Amino acid sequence: MNLLSQEVPISWYLLLSAVLFALGVVGFLIKRNLITVFMSIELMLNAVNLSFVTFAHEWHAVKGQIFVFFVMMVAAAEAAVGLAIIIAVFRARATLAVDRIDLMKL
Amino acid sequence: MNGTLHLWLIPLLPFAGFLLNGILGSRLPKWLVTTIALLAPLAAFGVVLNAARGIFGIGAPLSSLPYIESCPIGWINVGALHIDFSFVLDQLSLVMLLVVTGVGFLIHIYSVGYMAHEEGYARYFSFLNLFLFFMTVLVLAGNALVMFVGWEGVGLASYLLIGFYFKKDSAANAGKKAFIVNRIGDFGFLIGMFLLLANFGTLTFSEIATKLGQDPGWQGGVVTVIALCLLLGATGKSAQLPLYIWLPDAMEGPTPVSALIHAATMVTAGVYMIARNHVLFDHSPFALSVVAIVGAATALFAATIGLVQNDIKRVLAYSTISQLGYMFLGCGVAAYSAAIFHLMTHAFFKALLFLAAGSVIHAIGGEQDLRKMGGLRKKLPITFWTMTAAVFAIAGFPPLAAFYSKDAILYAAYLQGPGGIALWVVGLVTALLTAFYMFRLWYLTFMGEARSKEIHPHESPWSMLGPLVILALLSIGGGWIGIEHFAAFLSPSTGARAAESTIPHLELILSGAAVAVALIGWFVADLLYRQKPAQPARMAAALPGAYNVLANKYYVDEIYGATVVKPLLGFSKYALGWVIDVGILGGLAWLLGGIALFAGAILQRWQSGNLRSYAAWLTAGAAALLLFMVVPWSSVWPASMEFIWKVARH
Repeated sequence: MNLLSQEVPISWYLLLSAVLFALGVVGFLIKRNLITVFMSIELMLNAVNLSFVTFAHEWHAVKGQIFVFFVMMVAAAEAAVGLAIIIAVFRARATLAVDRIDLMKL
Repeated sequence: MNGTLHLWLIPLLPFAGFLLNGILGSRLPKWLVTTIALLAPLAAFGVVLNAARGIFGIGAPLSSLPYIESCPIGWINVGALHIDFSFVLDQLSLVMLLVVTGVGFLIHIYSVGYMAHEEGYARYFSFLNLFLFFMTVLVLAGNALVMFVGWEGVGLASYLLIGFYFKKDSAANAGKKAFIVNRIGDFGFLIGMFLLLANFGTLTFSEIATKLGQDPGWQGGVVTVIALCLLLGATGKSAQLPLYIWLPDAMEGPTPVSALIHAATMVTAGVYMIARNHVLFDHSPFALSVVAIVGAATALFAATIGLVQNDIKRVLAYSTISQLGYMFLGCGVAAYSAAIFHLMTHAFFKALLFLAAGSVIHAIGGEQDLRKMGGLRKKLPITFWTMTAAVFAIAGFPPLAAFYSKDAILYAAYLQGPGGIALWVVGLVTALLTAFYMFRLWYLTFMGEARSKEIHPHESPWSMLGPLVILALLSIGGGWIGIEHFAAFLSPSTGARAAESTIPHLELILSGAAVAVALIGWFVADLLYRQKPAQPARMAAALPGAYNVLANKYYVDEIYGATVVKPLLGFSKYALGWVIDVGILGGLAWLLGGIALFAGAILQRWQSGNLRSYAAWLTAGAAALLLFMVVPWSSVWPASMEFIWKVARH
């Protein structure tokens, strides 16, 4: 049996996407370092990208693939802005622990 | 002026004077203010005279009366309701216009002297012109609504002028009192107008008269209600029982104002209104008798109060109320022409009385107390002689003006059968009292010796004396036209005069009685205030109860205060102020604010500033949305409810 010739079933891709998304959510919730939180968000975005591509391949539709480019573009912009904010926060507070950055609290 | 009389100029000229002096007056030089203020009524008087030429047949005769002039653009057009801003000139409004603009102009001249050294000179004249504007609108009105505009407007002008010395508390309060009491009367007028609209569909006087004339079914009933509502309005404006209380207090205004507004013109508006609507009253005998009784009662009531007042202007104020009562009595016995006749002569002699009193007050430096005057005959000769003419006129001595007009009213009352004779007796007693208190005033002011050393009288300037002399001549000769000619002239407006008596010389006999009564009044006053000046005080001491009741004006102000004003103030303060305003409205505002505060206090806990809690809420929200979209609730719900139901049953 040629494993390589056989196609990977769609459920595996979706499962992988779901696992990656869940990892991202958990990291988003429990991590204290702002950069790690940020990376978790990127992870979630990419998990979604994966399911987009999967469905696009499955349904033979290009829309999903195009949408992935949009997401990647937004993610890149977000990375630029987000990292800039993180640097500014670090300069001001000398820390990146999220539970210490709470000046907006009432 | 071909064909048109330009009636609209009559009110508009004083209005222009009001605007000019009211807006620019404080910046203009005094002579210019005076010129504007005098030219406006003079020009209006000229327009009235021009109109009069046509009616008297001197100039180009008018084709038909009443002459109507309407604003070319409709005024109110709502559904079936059409009301034009129309002016009507007929014999009745012509007489009133001549009195209003003529006497008004004289009093303007007088004011120039009287107010020369007062603060607010331009303000005074602008208000006076404003009054003339509204009064002429009232008189010229072709329908009840236009009349109401003038009616309210003269009330406003009256309020402004009573409170002219607004720095004095009593003057400001008197202005408010006049306005509020008049509002009660206006309420009656308004209801009357609504009823007129509902039943006749029009407010135009001539159309109402036509409709009443066409259908003999209009008798009593709703006509009585309308007439009584209008009467309520008239009692407010013309200071009759029970709404007369504002007029004595209105004497807080400058004396020329008392003469013009609160004696000669504005207060007669009620009489004019009844005469204007006489067709309505003619169709309701009950309303007519109410008018007569109100008039007779007011005449007697006010005359008794006038007996013991010590303020020269208050005596005249009660005398005005009493004379207005005569006019109402005249209207009440359907002798409208006699009432208007008395209105005219009263305008002359009462304006003269007030202006002469103003001249006295001016001469002795603002003193109004009769007890501090005396012996002014030599010091103020012209004032004395003109005042004498007025006193003899109001007392009813022939051949002075009021003799004719008062006689005409009493004669018409006497012809009304037994009830009319009772009214006649009341009128005769009032004439006696009138003669007494007027001669009392005369003796106390001019005769005897000066009772106060502090006053240094000086005769008034000619700008004041001139109008006095002219009015004195009018008070003497104003009645010579005779009621027969006057009634014949007015008959197209007010209907024909009542039938003559069958008893020969009845009118002569009644006149004789009136003159006799006036002589008695003079004699008693002479006895008490010239021959035995100590007697009045002794009499007052002998009858303290009666004297106090009269001196305190029957305690009517106190009774109204206790029965109307206090409960109303209490209701406003407790029910409206505390319960509704503070309790309900304020409580509602506090409740709304409280809800917002409470919700904010709870919701602010969400905004912890903790990034991870925000993340958690975000995740929870996304999860909830997902749950909502993915789970097929439409099938899950019934199943789960059934399950819960089963569990509960067990």
